[in-house]
Parts: sequence; C-alpha cells; structure tokens
Amino acid sequence: MPAVSKGDGMRGLAVFISDIRNCKSKEAEIKRINKELANIRSKFKGDKALDGYSKKKYVCKLLFIFLLGHDIDFGHMEAVNLLSSNKYTEKQIGYLFISVLVNSNSELIRLINNAIKNDLASRNPTFMCLALHCIANVGSREMGEAFAADIPRILVAGDSMDSVKQSAALCLLRLYKASPDLVPMGEWTARVVHLLNDQHMGVVTAAVSLITCLCKKNPDDFKTCISLAVSRLSRIVSSASTDLQDYTYYFVPAPWLSVKLLRLLQCYPPPEDAAVKGRLVECLETVLNKAQEPPKSKKVQHSNAKNAILFETISLIIHYDSEPNLLVRACNQLGQFLQHRETNLRYLALESMCTLASSEFSHEAVKTHIDTVINALKTERDVSVRQRAADLLYAMCDRSNAKQIVSEMLRYLETADYAIREEIVLKVAILAEKYAVDYSWYVDTILNLIRIAGDYVSEEVWYRVLQIVTNRDDVQGYAAKTVFEALQAPACHENMVKVGGYILGEFGNLIAGDPRSSPPVQFSLLHSKFHLCSVATRALLLSTYIKFINLFPETKATIQAVLRAGSQLRNADVELQQRAVEYLTLSSVASTDVLATVLEEMPPFPERESSILAKLKRKKGPGAGSALDDGRRDPSSNDINGGVEPTPSTVSTPSPSADLLGLRAAPPPAAPPASAGAGNLLVDVFDGPAAQPSLGPTPEEAFLSELEPPAPESPMALLADPAPAADPGPEDIGPPIPEADELLNKFVCKNNGVLFENQLLQIGVKSEFRQNLGRMYLFYGNKTSVQFQNFSPTVVHPGDLQTQLAVQTKRVAAQVDGGAQVQQVLNIECLRDFLTPPLLSVRFRYGGAPQAFTLKLPVTINKFFQPTEMAAQDFFQRWKQLSLPQQEAQKIFKANHPMDAEVTKAKLLGFGSALLDNVDPNPENFVGAGIIQTKALQVGCLLRLEPNAQAQMYRLTLRTSKEPVSRHLCELLAQQF
Amino acid sequence: MLEESREELMRFMLLFSRQGKLRLQKWYLATSDKERKKMVRELMQVVLARKPKMCSFLEWRDLKVVYKRYASLYFCCAIEGQDNELITLELIHRYVELLDKYFGSVCELDIIFNFEKAYFILDEFLMGGDVQDTSKKSVLKAIEQADLLQEEDESPRSVLEEMGLA
Repeated sequence: MPAVSKGDGMRGLAVFISDIRNCKSKEAEIKRINKELANIRSKFKGDKALDGYSKKKYVCKLLFIFLLGHDIDFGHMEAVNLLSSNKYTEKQIGYLFISVLVNSNSELIRLINNAIKNDLASRNPTFMCLALHCIANVGSREMGEAFAADIPRILVAGDSMDSVKQSAALCLLRLYKASPDLVPMGEWTARVVHLLNDQHMGVVTAAVSLITCLCKKNPDDFKTCISLAVSRLSRIVSSASTDLQDYTYYFVPAPWLSVKLLRLLQCYPPPEDAAVKGRLVECLETVLNKAQEPPKSKKVQHSNAKNAILFETISLIIHYDSEPNLLVRACNQLGQFLQHRETNLRYLALESMCTLASSEFSHEAVKTHIDTVINALKTERDVSVRQRAADLLYAMCDRSNAKQIVSEMLRYLETADYAIREEIVLKVAILAEKYAVDYSWYVDTILNLIRIAGDYVSEEVWYRVLQIVTNRDDVQGYAAKTVFEALQAPACHENMVKVGGYILGEFGNLIAGDPRSSPPVQFSLLHSKFHLCSVATRALLLSTYIKFINLFPETKATIQAVLRAGSQLRNADVELQQRAVEYLTLSSVASTDVLATVLEEMPPFPERESSILAKLKRKKGPGAGSALDDGRRDPSSNDINGGVEPTPSTVSTPSPSADLLGLRAAPPPAAPPASAGAGNLLVDVFDGPAAQPSLGPTPEEAFLSELEPPAPESPMALLADPAPAADPGPEDIGPPIPEADELLNKFVCKNNGVLFENQLLQIGVKSEFRQNLGRMYLFYGNKTSVQFQNFSPTVVHPGDLQTQLAVQTKRVAAQVDGGAQVQQVLNIECLRDFLTPPLLSVRFRYGGAPQAFTLKLPVTINKFFQPTEMAAQDFFQRWKQLSLPQQEAQKIFKANHPMDAEVTKAKLLGFGSALLDNVDPNPENFVGAGIIQTKALQVGCLLRLEPNAQAQMYRLTLRTSKEPVSRHLCELLAQQF
Repeated sequence: MLEESREELMRFMLLFSRQGKLRLQKWYLATSDKERKKMVRELMQVVLARKPKMCSFLEWRDLKVVYKRYASLYFCCAIEGQDNELITLELIHRYVELLDKYFGSVCELDIIFNFEKAYFILDEFLMGGDVQDTSKKSVLKAIEQADLLQEEDESPRSVLEEMGLA
C-alpha cells in the first residue's frame, strides 16, 4: 500500500509541508510559517465554529511547525477539544499534540485528565490504548495522582484485551518511575508476576519490564518471578529458531524478551532452589554454546540479536560472580570478539571485559588478552573504542603487568585524543602509585606524565607526587636529582617548574654535594624559568627561594638581590609583592636559628585517600575507581603512601550531600547519651568539631590546604587560604526588601518552602527545630544560564539579636553555575527570647553587575515551641495563674482567609503549640499550650482562638509568663488567619 | 550493588537527516524545550561528524548513544550506560522495518509528509521508552485498524460537511 492512499484527507497539510520545503531561505520559511500561524490563529478565533476535521488539520500543522523548531503558544485548547471527539483520527492527533507539546498548565491538565478518564472507561480498546499512551508520554505527577490507582486494575482485569494489558503495564511502569509513592502496591502485584506465564508474548514482554522495575524496590514481594522467569527463558532458549513465529527475529527466538528476562534475573542473587539454578545454568551454557555455532543468517541483524542475548547472559554471569567455569568461558568468548571485524563487537567486548577484570575468578583470564588490548589502543580508528581499551587496561592492571601497561598508556598519551587525555593522565598517576614497587619508578612516571601531557596534569596529580615524596625519605634524593635533570630541558612545562621548585626547596640539599647541581646552579636553573611562569608558580618559587636562604646560606646575597629588585618589591600583583617584602625582611631580620625553625622541612602529610582517585571518580561517576577500591585480588598490595584504600573517615568523594554529612562524618561528638536520643538531625549540631566556627575549605581551597603545613608561622601559609573576609556588619547591608515581612509571614506556620524568587535566583528553605536548637538548609538556585560570581549569602544579627540567637553558617562556593543549586547549612541556637528575626544578606555578581538584597530569615520565636498536652483542669489553673494584665495579649481581627476549621488546626499545629481538645466549652474555639525553649529560660504559653463565622472575625488571646513574648506571638499568629 | 544504578529507560529517540534537519523527536523523560534544543544540536553535531564504519555506540554526556544511518536518515537513541546496546540497535532496525512495511519502501519524504504516522507507529512499538510489542504483525495490525477507522470516519464527514450538517 503506498503511503498516499492511507486515507489521509489532510491535503492542506501536505500543501503546507511542500511550501515549506520549497522555501529557498530560512527567511522565506519563517515568512511562510508566520503566514500560516496567522491564518490558524484567525481560524481558531473566528466566529464560525470549526468542525473536527479542520481542527485536526490545523492542530497537525501547528505540530509540524513546532517540530521544525519553532515555538507554539496556542492551539492547546483546540487539541484538548479533539481528545473528546469520537472520531479516532481526531482523537489520535489530539493526543499526539498533547504528548509532544506537554504543557503543565493546570487548567488544561484537568481537561486532559477528564478526556483520558472517559477514554479509559470507554471499553474501546483502541481508545483505551491512546489514553494510556498519553499518560505514559506526559507522565506528570498530576496524571499519576489521577490514574495511578486505576491502571493496575486495567492491567490485571480478566477481560482486558492483550493490547490494553501491554499498554497498561508500560504505562504503570512509567508512572512508577516518575513517582513510586503514587502507585499502590496490593493484591494486584501477585497477579502481575503471573503475567510471565501469559500466552501472549507481547504481554509477557511488557510485563517483564514492569516487574523488573517493581522488584528493585520490593525484592521479596516479587521473588516468585525468579522461577517463572527461568522457565520462560529456558523455553525460549531451547526453542527452534522458527517456533515463536512472529516473535522470532532473523532466526533468533524472542531476543527482546530474552534480554529483558536476563535483566530481571540480575535484580536477584543466584536462585536458591537447586533445580531452578540448574535449569538457569543450563540456559546460560546453551547461550554460550550457540555463540560457537555457525550463524543461521549472514544478516547483521541475526548476529546482533544473537549477541545482544549473549552479552546480557555474560552480564548475568558477572553479576552472579560465583561460577568460575562460566566466567572463564565468558572471558574466552569476549576474547574472540576482541578481534572481530565488527567494530561494535570489539567495543562491547572491551566494555564487558572491564567488569570481568574485577572478578577474582576471571581476572587472570582477562589478563591473557593484554597484547590484543594494547594493540586496540594503538590501532583502533574510533576514539570511543580506544577509550574502552584504555579503560580495560586500567581495569586489568595489577602488580605483574603495571610497568607494561603504564608505559603503553604513556606512549598512547603522546597521540591520544584531547578529549580523553586528562582521564588517561589520572589513570596513569593512580596505577603508578598503586603498583609501584620502587619509588624511583613512580617519580619517573609522574615526571614523564608532566613532560608528555603537562597541560592535562591537574593539580591533584602534582600535589600527590609532592605528598608522597615528602612522606618517603628514601625517594627524596632521587626525586631531587630527577627534577633537576628534567628542568634542564630548554622548554619545560610549568607544572614541572612547580614540582621542581617545591622539591628542590625541600630537598635540594640532598644533591647540593655534586658540583653540577650546587646551590647556585640550582637557583639559577629555577630562576631562569621564573619570568615565563604564571603568578601562582612565581609565588611558589619565591617560597623556594626563602627556603634556599635557609638551606644554602651562600645563596643569600643573590636571592636577596632578586627579592629586592623593583620587579618583585613593587610587583603589581599583591601576592607576589607581599611575599617579596616579607621574605626579604625575614631573611634580613631573623637569625639563622629562627630561620631554620620557620623554614623547617615539611612534616609528613597525614595519610588519606588519594585525591586523584576522588577526581577520577568525579569524572567517571561512582564505580569508576572500582579497580582500585577492591583490594581483594591484590591483597598483598602495599601502597606507597598507604593511603589509597579509602577509610571511612577520610572519604573525599564529593557527593552532593557531602557538605551536609560533613557534620556527621566528622569524629562522633562526645555528646552525652541523653541528648543523643533527642533526634537525628540535631544531636550533633553544637557538639561536633566540624560545627566550630572554622569554615570548611571550599573546593578550590581544599588542595592548597592539604599542602599547608601544620605550623602556622611557616611562610607557606601564604600559599594557603587567604583569610576569609570578615562577615559584613549590619551597617554594610541594605534594609530588607519591601516584601520581606510578607515572605517571613509565610513561614511562621511552616518550615519548608520557597523563601524568595526573582528572575535570577530562587531561595528555598528546609528547616527543623527541636528544643532550643534548629538546623536550616538554604538552597540557592541560579535560574539563569550564567555563572554567579562572588556569591556570598551572610546572616546578620541586627541590634540585640546577637545575644539572643546564635546562628552558625557554612560558607558556600563563591561561584554558582548557571542552572546549578548550592546549599547552605545554618545551625541555630536560641539563647533567649527574641522579637526580630535575623537578616539574610545575599550578594553576588551577575554578568558583571553586583546584586544585593536583604531578606528576613524565617526564624521566629515560635519555632522553638515545644507542644504541651494537658487536661482541661490544668489548663484553666495555669490560665488563671497568668492573669496579670501585662501577661496577656489579645487581638480581634478580620479573617483574611476562608474560615476553615481544619486549616486553622493545621496552622496552629504548624505554629508549634499543642492543640487541646475538650478544654474550651465552645467546640468551635481552639485552645493550645506549649513551652518556648531557649538556652537561658523557658516561657510557658497558653493560647485561645475564637472564630466568629458570622462576623468573619477572630479573637486571639495569648498568655505567657513574659510580656513581650505574649505580644509578639499574638502579632505573629494573628497574621496567619 | 549494580541494581541501584540500573534504569532501563530510553531517554529519547531522534531522526535527523544528513543535512542536520530534525525529522522526528520523541522524549521519554521530561526535558525542557530549551534543553531539548540544546541536546539535539549538540548530538547531531557529534553524530554527523563520525565516519562510516565507526562503532554505532558512543558515550555522550552521561548517556550512551546508539545510532545507525539508513540512507539519508540517522536514527539515534539515547540510553542509560547499563542498557543493552545491540538490542537497541535492533530496535531501531525493527522500527525502520515497520515504517518500510507501512509506507512501502520508506524514504525520508514519507516521514516528512506523514510525520504523524511515523509517530503513531513509534507509539505502537515503544511506550515510555520500552518495547511494547516486538511482533511486526501486531504493531502493523494496530496501525492498519486505526487507518480503517479513519476511512470510516472520513467518508461520512465529507458528505455531511459539504451539506453543512455537521
């Protein structure tokens, strides 16, 4: 059947598409489109009601225009109208438009949901499928809320058509992935598992995907699927190539279903039941055997489908990691693929072998392919394949082949694609450290790295070599000699100057005995590079020079002359100038003894996880460092710095929550057990050492501070973090923005939400309070695509607040990338009662323009409420005790919001007091009690709220033991109703 | 555990021409319009720059891209790193077969002029990025049924409408 005869009456659409195609220029196309848009707009707006066909045609044109890449801002309503058409094609176009131009306009979603609801109830399978597709395509939470409960019913209903079941299964899967909480588990789950036995292969195929997803969250509930999946798989694998009719794909029976079943099994450990396990192993063996059989077709589709199953089988074997025989067979199979003429297979074999390399059973077998892999690294024409080869070499590396692999990788680096150089550098650095048997080899390797790919050697790499050399005195002399030689090269990379400068400054004395590297020679060699270097390197070299004065008094005069030169003492760069001035003075004023103490050799660095490994993980995502993380296949490994194995307390992988957990990851505070029981978040707020005012290093400071010696008076401290700028005093910040009070009021009865939003920035708040302590997370989201610079939010205590409330903040990164979010943690302690909230001053630079505004931080006295339950009798007794006129505050005010008892209740609870039932004789009234907890004192509070629905008024009465508190609480609460 | 990172979900499918014209796009994960355009532009550039005989898989951003060229059109799927690349490649092929069977030796023009049909066929075959039915017969049957419904719809329309009765 030719396409045109497909009953398509939309001639206007075809004409329009032709017109567009005939446009000679972009401008002509835009002109034609604008003409069409105007036409459609007028049709939609016109007085004459459009019939369904025209609507369909115009909606379809809009869709086409959208797909050309133009924005469409109308027509949604017409598309929604089409949904309720009872003509299939109109409905279909309506649904297509909706799913392509998803719009979260809530009004429309309601209408769309209505149409879907009707179609789902229509019992017309084609309509039902359209509706299910739309839900899956949009997959929004609103849709989930509307339909998540209905779909399981459709899925397991006995009378649902197969096609509907398929759609329902995948639709449910989609909703579950989007919002798992919306999909109710229940009686239907057991019946879903049995869909694995369904007659219809299409239903099984769809159901397996759903089950695979569900069983990850609830493995025990779906355990029965294992044996069903195994028997289904076994039937497919052993069937002849034509048994499954239309589900056979190029002589391979049901490849999609097989792959899915194999993936489902990867959610579980090997089957416990011996019979099931035996059957499964048989299946896996059959698949491996079939790989050796001659192909049934020369078509690439046949071999692809067959190998798709094979690779998934190998994944399952690796996942089980318990059958040595199968693992070795898998490895041999992949070995054959390494030399296959199909690039795709070589790529996949390299990739798959990477995981095999980390199994103790197959590690040795993988190693036998080393030459092939090295060859791939050298000769593959596709960079993606070379990348895989480099990954595999990294994974298969151990002590026995480290020298070979590292030297091959170094050689490859000389010609490697720029895109992967940095990663190769990191890998070489890690392998060299991990498998070094002698340190001279390690030092040589790193210096080679700098020589070959200096631009790609990140700071982590050269910091690391300095750490190791500093910590190992048996390599220091060799290192000094080697860098000295490396620096002789006429052109050497700046990173080499940095490493050389540092090492000679520390250990130059070890080679000073040789006249060829006497102190003056060392100095003039370094100084010959000085003028070509960046400020940071020159600063480092100045530190080396002052160390030289200490190590080699004979160089003092020369070096002082250098420091004294106008180019140093009056250097435009303040850092260089300061160093020159200070070092010059130090060298003239201090006695030799003082100088020797100040410039003493660096103490060893504390052992820690290699920051290079952390960087590689960051680049490649978790699991990338796996080859190094698991010590199991090389238990004898004895790392140079002993620091590669991560220990729990020094894990430095920066996960997004790392800052948050920083408090908890610190050594456990010696908190008394009583307070430890108080709560999850708050226990360690004020006890943990990390909560001390000292600010955690920001990411860009971290590595410098690693180099920073413990002795604070050492001149190297200059290189470390510049002293953090003092927080601005209240006089520096502007007054709160006009809406600040309104924004604050929103948070009196709640702890989480959006505090502030403008076109640039959104600030979200999450907070938790217990007793007199609180912790608040502020989330700053950059809504633009441009980086914010000098981003600095600070908390300010105006007036007396300093003595009433303690707020500790952590510094946030000074740069916030476009679209990124940073968070700031605030630890809050209420010292005594307070009336004004702290201020939050936010400043940053956006595209060069300074931005600054001040908000009120949503911390009000009621946050430290502890609800108190009491009986009516107690309440009245206390109420009477607080009868002094100044202890009571009362307000009568008009309702600003609809008077709803449930809402009122929620607000009062959010305010923090307990709600006491059966106290007030009038059931319409609300009565509450609580204690405000501060460090210095506690304030008991009683409150009563009397709504008058007729007058739309409230009367609110507060009685507390402190007069200002009564008034303040009364004011805060009155604004909420 | 491996399972944690496994998310078998195709992120999107793109069809574009050698000249870099987008012919079909299907997104299986909510993505803003701006981001979509950026990703399409970027990915087209990467794929079009590749030479024939190169591997059909490439790592791109945090995804794996599986692509294949059929005549003047590139078919391109983005999947998660853990997904099965070969079966995705065959999924593309099965879709091409479906288009071919429906249009009768399909070419780029068919997809341009009948883009809505290309979407319908894709929807019958994949749902939410997952294979719904791999049988060519089942998928085509569903589509042809719809065409039949369409023809039934169409004929009374013209009569009634011409008389101004609809």
